[in-house]
Amino acid sequence: MIGIEHYVVVSAILFVLGVLGIFLNRKNIIVILMAIELILLSVNINLVAFSAFLGDLTGQIFAMFVLTVAAGEAAIGLAILVIYFRGRGTIAVDDVNRMKG
Amino acid sequence: MIQTFAFYLFAILVIASGSLTILARNPVHSVLWLIVSFFNAAGLMVLVGAEFIAMLLVIVYVGAVAVLFLFVVMMLNIDFAELRAGFMKNFPFGIAIALVLLAELILGIGAYRAGALKLGVPDGTAAPMAGQSNIENIGALLYSEYLFLFETAGLILLVAMIGAIVLTHRERATAHRGHQNISKQVRRRPEDATINASPEVGKGVSL
Repeated sequence: MIGIEHYVVVSAILFVLGVLGIFLNRKNIIVILMAIELILLSVNINLVAFSAFLGDLTGQIFAMFVLTVAAGEAAIGLAILVIYFRGRGTIAVDDVNRMKG
Repeated sequence: MIQTFAFYLFAILVIASGSLTILARNPVHSVLWLIVSFFNAAGLMVLVGAEFIAMLLVIVYVGAVAVLFLFVVMMLNIDFAELRAGFMKNFPFGIAIALVLLAELILGIGAYRAGALKLGVPDGTAAPMAGQSNIENIGALLYSEYLFLFETAGLILLVAMIGAIVLTHRERATAHRGHQNISKQVRRRPEDATINASPEVGKGVSL
């Protein structure tokens, strides 16, 4: 029988994969954004699983809000990426520190 | 039985496609694996009876976010081999961080299994009503208890949309080149455009 622990384990593995993706693709900001989406997906799986197994719908409502923020974050992140690429001709995030004071 | 089989199928596929997302050489393949991962996560959510969130995941993530990623990856002309350079150098460090994080999470689950953690008991105000579908329950809760949060979510999306448009909007300096500007033509007078001059022999006219 599938219990809540199974879902928590899947969600934990997906979260760790997202964090690993950020470290592996340090230069490629597109893949970093995708890794952040993976992390948010794992959080959503966790929220929905707890909501279903505890019989409380609040988790699903908050999964919806996480989805909203993830969509907004992707839009803003990609917009910043596009204007960065226009100005520099590359998206390597190693030299983003041009603006530091 | 079939539920157990479906759970393991979806779980293995979501983890496999998640790893391929972060390991793929080509970012286009990364986006496609991300889409597979979202579909399987939606399947996991259907299994626990959260159909609304599952369908929302497919619509919002696959229909909007993944397509946005694909669009940006294909629109920008990026040398991906150069960005790949530090991959193997960061590999041991990344694996170490990931293992530490995984160990902590497994410790948490172990503590729960050993009985050290107690899950909270829901107070029953947000319990699903019997005999109603998942979407009816969520709607009843969202439009009553969480109405203001719901509207705040709409505001966040509005701000994100305006921000993205303002950031990427480009005022073209040469937009009117080659186009007729009627009012400028009508405003033009002979005295603005012509001068009378009588230069001496052998000398030019300086305008």
